[in-house]
Amino acid sequence: MKDKILKILGRNARLSNAQIAERLDISEQEVSETIANLENDGIIKGYKTLINEDYLSEKKVKAMIYIKINPEKDKGFDHIASRLSKFPEVVSLYLVSGEFDLILEIHEKTLKDVGVFISSKLATIDGVVSTDTHFILKKYKELGTLLTKEEKYERLKVTP
Amino acid sequence: MSDLKLHHNRVAKHISSLPKSGIRDFFDLVNSMDNVISLGIGEPDFIAPWHIREATIYALERGHTSYTSNLGLLSLREEICNYLDKNYNLDFSADSECIVTVGVSEALDLILRAIINPGDEIIYHEPCYVSYESEIRMAHGIPVVVETKEEYDFSLYPDDLRTKITPKTKAIILNFPCNPTGATLSDDQLKEIAQIAIENDLIVITDEIYSELTYDGEHTSIATLPEMKDRTVFLHGFSKAYAMTGFRIGYACGPEDLIDAMMKIHQYSMLCASILAQEAALEALINGETEMLKMKDEYCERRNVIVKGLNEIGLKCFKPKGAFYVFPNITSTGLTSVEFATQLLNKKQVAVVPGTAFGQCGEGFVRCAYAASIDDIKIALKKIQEFCDELK
Ligand SMILES: Cc1ncc(COP(=O)(O)O)c(C=O)c1O
Repeated sequence: MKDKILKILGRNARLSNAQIAERLDISEQEVSETIANLENDGIIKGYKTLINEDYLSEKKVKAMIYIKINPEKDKGFDHIASRLSKFPEVVSLYLVSGEFDLILEIHEKTLKDVGVFISSKLATIDGVVSTDTHFILKKYKELGTLLTKEEKYERLKVTP
Repeated sequence: MSDLKLHHNRVAKHISSLPKSGIRDFFDLVNSMDNVISLGIGEPDFIAPWHIREATIYALERGHTSYTSNLGLLSLREEICNYLDKNYNLDFSADSECIVTVGVSEALDLILRAIINPGDEIIYHEPCYVSYESEIRMAHGIPVVVETKEEYDFSLYPDDLRTKITPKTKAIILNFPCNPTGATLSDDQLKEIAQIAIENDLIVITDEIYSELTYDGEHTSIATLPEMKDRTVFLHGFSKAYAMTGFRIGYACGPEDLIDAMMKIHQYSMLCASILAQEAALEALINGETEMLKMKDEYCERRNVIVKGLNEIGLKCFKPKGAFYVFPNITSTGLTSVEFATQLLNKKQVAVVPGTAFGQCGEGFVRCAYAASIDDIKIALKKIQEFCDELK
C-alpha cells in the first residue's frame, strides 16, 4: 500500500487523504497512518509546487555547474558534497559518473551572484579541481511535467 | 423517398435486413453537443504513449511505406508470440498460428467468415460489444444469444450456455473482461465452458482485447486450458491496453487451419495491415509495459471512485474486475435506459450509453466508461446525483 500511495502522491501531492482513500478503496485512516509513517521514516521528504517560472515577476539566474574533484582521503566525495549542499542557493546536487564528479544546480538573483558563488565559495574549496558552468536558457520539462503548452486533441464524445 | 423505394433492391438482402442500430441517433446527438462530460467513450482517454508515436514517425522517416507480408511483419508476429507466452502462458507459432489484422474488428470478421457455412449457429453473450450480432449475420450465420445476468455479475453462467447449444452450433464468442459490463470469468466457469466446448466440438472465439486491464487477480485465457488450444481462436489487439485505437491494429492466434483460412480472406480483402501501425505495435510490445501499467493503475483508481459513487447514488453496480466500464442498474429511477441516457444528457450534459446499445437484455442498465479523468468522473457523479434527486 505504501508504494501505491507514494505513486499517487508522486502524481499529485495535493490530494486529500479522503481522495487517496477512495482511489485505492481503503480507509482514510489507513492512508493517514501510512503517510505519517512515510514522513517519520524520512521517505517522504516534503511537498512542493511545480511552478512555471516564466510567469513569475522575479526571475532567477540558473546554472548547472559541473565540478571535478580530487577526493579527500577517508572522506571521499561526501564531505565536499555535504558542505556544498548546505548553501541555500544550491537547489540540487548529484554525484555522477564520467568526466565530472558533481553536478550542482544553482539559482541566484543575478549573473554576478553566480560568479561570486563560483569564485569565492566553490573554487576556494580544497579538492575542487575545476568547474564548468552551463547557464540554463529555457526549461522544457521538470520532474516529469511538461512546461510547454500542448495542443489539445478532441476525440469523439461517445463510441461503442 | 420515391427514389429510395426505386432503389430498394440494390442492397443485398442480408445487409438491408441488418438492424439499423437505434443507438446511432443517440450517438449523433451526443457528438453534436458541446460541453458534454462523457462517460460514453469506449476507448482510452489517454493518447498513445510518446515512444510508440515516435517509433511510428521514425518508421515513416526511414521510408517504411510499403506492403508487408500478408500475415504481417515476421518480427511483429514473433514479438506477439513471445508476449503471449510470457504474459498468458500461450504457445503459438509465429510462422503459422498468428495473423496481424486491422484491429480485433477485422480479426473477428475473418474468423466468422472463415468458419460459417450459411445457417450455422454462433452463440455469443449479451450485453456485449455492438459488432458481434451483425458480424455473424454478415457472414451468413445465425446469431444465438445467451444472456449474462446481473445476479452473477454478468459472468457467463455455464448452464445458461448449455441450453443454447443445438446440432447447428458451430462456435461460441467469448469476451472477458467484457465490454460493456466489465465482467470476468472465474477459473471454474472457464473450465466448465471449456468442457462444454469440448463435449460439443465447438470452436471458441475469444475476444480478449481487455486482458491487460484486469485489476484483481490474473487474467487467464481459455486457450490455455487442456485440449482447448486446438479449438480456440484468440483475438487481441493494441487499441485498449496501449491506447492505440486509431492505429487500427490487432491480431488473431489459433490453430493453423483456421489461421490459414482467415489468411485467405485477409489477403484478398485487406492485403495486409498498415505497416506504420505494425511498427507501432512492435514498439508497444518491446518497450510499452511501463506506460501501459501506469494507465492501468489510473483506470483502477477511477474504477474504485466510480463504483463507490454510483452505489452511493443508488445506482447499483458490482465492482468489475476488468476493462474500463461499469454497468449500473438504473431501474430505480423508473426510466428506460434510453430515457435515462437522453434525459441525463439534455438536463446535465453527461453522456452515458444506454444498456440497450449492447443488446435487448441491457434494458435497465447504462454503460459508464471510466476512461475519463477522475475530475470529470467526480463532476459526472455529482450531476448524476442531482439528476436522480430531481426525478424523485
Ligand atoms: C470487446 C471489443 N472487441 C473489439 C473491439 C474493437 O477493437 P479494435 O479497435 O481492435 O478493432 C472493441 C472496441 O471497443 C471491443 O470493446
